[in-house]
Amino acid sequence: MKNEYGIIIIGGGPAGMAAAIGAKEAGEDDILILERDSVLGGILNQCIHNGFGLHTFNEELTGPEYAERFADKVRELGIPFELDTMVLDVSPMEDGRKAVSLISAKRGAVTLTAKAVILAMGCRERPRGALNIPGSRPQGVYTAGTAQKLINLEGAHVGKEVVILGSGDIGLIMARRMTLEGAHVAAVAELMPYSSGLKRNIVQCLDDYGIPLLLSHTVVDIKGKDKLEGVYIAEVDEKRTPIPGSEVYYPCDTLLLSCGLIPENELTVGAGVEIDPRTNGAYVSESLETNVEGVFSCGNVLHVHDLVDFVSEESKRAGANAARYVKQGRKAGGSTVNVSAGNGVRYTVPSKINTNALEELNHIRFRVTGVYTNVSIVITSGDKEILRRKSRILVPSEMLDIILKRDKLADITDDLKVYIEEVES
Amino acid sequence: MMDIVIIGAGAVGCAAAMELSKYKLSVCVVDKESDVCEGTTKANSAIAHAGFDAEPGTLKAKLNVRGSEMMEGLSQKLQFAFIRNEAMVLCFDKDTSGLEVLKQRGEKNGVKGLSIISGDEARALEPNLTDEVQAALLAKTSAIVCPFEMTLAFAENALENGVQFRLSAEVTGIDKTDKGFIVKTSRGEIEAKAVINAAGVYADKIHSMVSGTPLKITPRKGEYMLMDKETVPTVSRTIFQLPTKMGKGILVSPTVHGNLIAGPTAVDIDDKENTATTSEGLNEVRAKGSLSVKNVPWGKVITSFTGLRAVGDSGDFIIEESDVPCFFDAAGIESPGLTSAPAIGEYLAELVGKRIPLEKKADYKDTREGIVHFAMLSNKQRDELIKKDPAYGKIVCRCCTVTEGEILDAINRPLGATTLDGVKRRTGAGMGRCQAGFCSPTTMELIAKKLGIKTEQVLKKGIYESEVR
Repeated sequence: MKNEYGIIIIGGGPAGMAAAIGAKEAGEDDILILERDSVLGGILNQCIHNGFGLHTFNEELTGPEYAERFADKVRELGIPFELDTMVLDVSPMEDGRKAVSLISAKRGAVTLTAKAVILAMGCRERPRGALNIPGSRPQGVYTAGTAQKLINLEGAHVGKEVVILGSGDIGLIMARRMTLEGAHVAAVAELMPYSSGLKRNIVQCLDDYGIPLLLSHTVVDIKGKDKLEGVYIAEVDEKRTPIPGSEVYYPCDTLLLSCGLIPENELTVGAGVEIDPRTNGAYVSESLETNVEGVFSCGNVLHVHDLVDFVSEESKRAGANAARYVKQGRKAGGSTVNVSAGNGVRYTVPSKINTNALEELNHIRFRVTGVYTNVSIVITSGDKEILRRKSRILVPSEMLDIILKRDKLADITDDLKVYIEEVES
Repeated sequence: MMDIVIIGAGAVGCAAAMELSKYKLSVCVVDKESDVCEGTTKANSAIAHAGFDAEPGTLKAKLNVRGSEMMEGLSQKLQFAFIRNEAMVLCFDKDTSGLEVLKQRGEKNGVKGLSIISGDEARALEPNLTDEVQAALLAKTSAIVCPFEMTLAFAENALENGVQFRLSAEVTGIDKTDKGFIVKTSRGEIEAKAVINAAGVYADKIHSMVSGTPLKITPRKGEYMLMDKETVPTVSRTIFQLPTKMGKGILVSPTVHGNLIAGPTAVDIDDKENTATTSEGLNEVRAKGSLSVKNVPWGKVITSFTGLRAVGDSGDFIIEESDVPCFFDAAGIESPGLTSAPAIGEYLAELVGKRIPLEKKADYKDTREGIVHFAMLSNKQRDELIKKDPAYGKIVCRCCTVTEGEILDAINRPLGATTLDGVKRRTGAGMGRCQAGFCSPTTMELIAKKLGIKTEQVLKKGIYESEVR
């Protein structure tokens, strides 16, 4: 078995597959995808609802269908992939290559090398422990994704009387899924005054089924010794502190948690890559390259996306850039400017841009810090205004994608700033 | 007719079983839970204390120091995680006489390697100690241990040497007969010449089934927070606080798994099953932990939990033959109970020996083969293992690098795991940062296959309606 590669891609979900396709189409043939699961497709395999692919394919696909299109393409292009393979370590070597240590039944414990590595490990759900919800620790408390996997892939029955904490998209999807499975979903409680899920999911998954969304509410106690018996939900004040006396008891056998996704960057940190505390993903350049030369990051391991179409698009670029890096190395010269998040902007990807490495179309992706109506998105470089775009409504649950043509950025020397300008109404 | 029934399969009950299995005796351990290590033993600080806390002359002092001496050897023979990581007791007061008292007490108890160091010396050893630390007692023999693995090791060793285990069997009554006792359980009666009561917070209830003398056990709640594994440990020693008027204080310590633990609070309660955490308790852990150590990654808490210490009235362990001959209590085993457990086992065997002649077995096996911890192996060892059994090439728990091979071993070995928590205690699967989000469906599938049940019927903990063991 071969041990040396041009590009090794860690993760065979939507990001990894698109990165591989991007690299291959950009002319790199020596690619290997490493996937820890026993099939390609990642979390998409358990997302049996539809709504995927509107941007990419102009049609509504289910998760597995969307994944299959990419998996078919990977096979059609003859890109090698190894399943049931867990990467335990990535580290830069003295000669600039990367050492990728892995475990699989097929190979055993081995270390491969690659000229470039693309990190595409995706994200995980924030568990109950990290939320510091007091109470007992009975059976019946699941993250929404774990319940989704049990129901959709294992065919298991999860519960009859359900409360959901957190209105992330998976939680909303699972509210509908549990209802369709015959369960009763009593409520979805959301700590924030707004939902972190997409509007369409609130309408299609809650409103259509008469499931109440309790904004500014949280679970304050969990009851039941071996099995869950119920939870207390309380209203919270502006500081997100539960208001005494507002507790309401909901008897239930299932509590699903949809309280945020965390990029899985343990390998990334181990490789010496700097992490942006705002995204919990790597700091990357316009090429989606991290501070470690030849290590790229894309998809949900870079920053959590709400649409897989955006993951695919981004990852394809990462793949193409990695292919270019393998052939030509890093582009030198030009000026490098930082991209900073100003008023109302939580983060930006990328966090820096080298003007010599610009593409014809360049993406700046970000999320806003709260709900904004009738505002302008502004991008400046020093005193120069690069972009001003009016927007009727901006919400944190929707990632924004600004595409700038090369000529807009080619001559800049001052740092870029992305911010929201509020207009007096 | 058995020689001895041990009630309670925690650290003390299993240590006693292991000790008694060295002799030609028939021994049966019963427990109301479906696994060993389900009570106080599973939720504590996981410290093997040096032995400077207890008053000289008490059983606590004697058994703590003896237990601490025994543990390292046992950890090697029985393969459980044990690391002598040292400890510090911090003093925040200019007046450091409190540390001197502890040191003298420790020395009287026979603890070696105690010294008092200045605040700066302490900070040189542990850079994350706060500036408020004035001085510290350094205890070289203090250690950390995996309480689950230790107890399982005792139990598996006892099992291998002929001890029987009857789990999911709650003791509902004990009759005194001419020949001994009839221990009635939810899974049948057992006749025995002698009974050892190692029932933790329920030791008073068991005691009163036989004896008329008073014995009261109060559950003292202790809440803990566990932080994610660290590449650079926040502290490498166990950091205690000198008890003050404000209370006993909160410890911050690494665990043998590479996590950071902080706790416990101390609140006496009535309910022996109340292991719920509270927001007040967790706030107290954060506030007091931050007095000792700065930069505690409170944002990286992966779980919090509550343990119940079994506190007796006397202030000391109550390990004695009760007023009823051949009925032995091992009660009030609060801290340093985990450390003392192996020594309590020895001590109980001595007590039993006064009633039932002890004759050594020729074929006693003093070693036990533990479950492989794949994450701890070198790459060469990993490679060899995978070549031997490809199940070790499949990672099930990503966060803690636990393989299918380890989980299958945990399920298939005698006294194996039947629940998710049982697998977690034996292998560490599900103990990491995602808290079993990714691995639980696979682990459930493996358990279901072994038990011949549906995936959804697999329990996190507790007793199956149809008996599965």
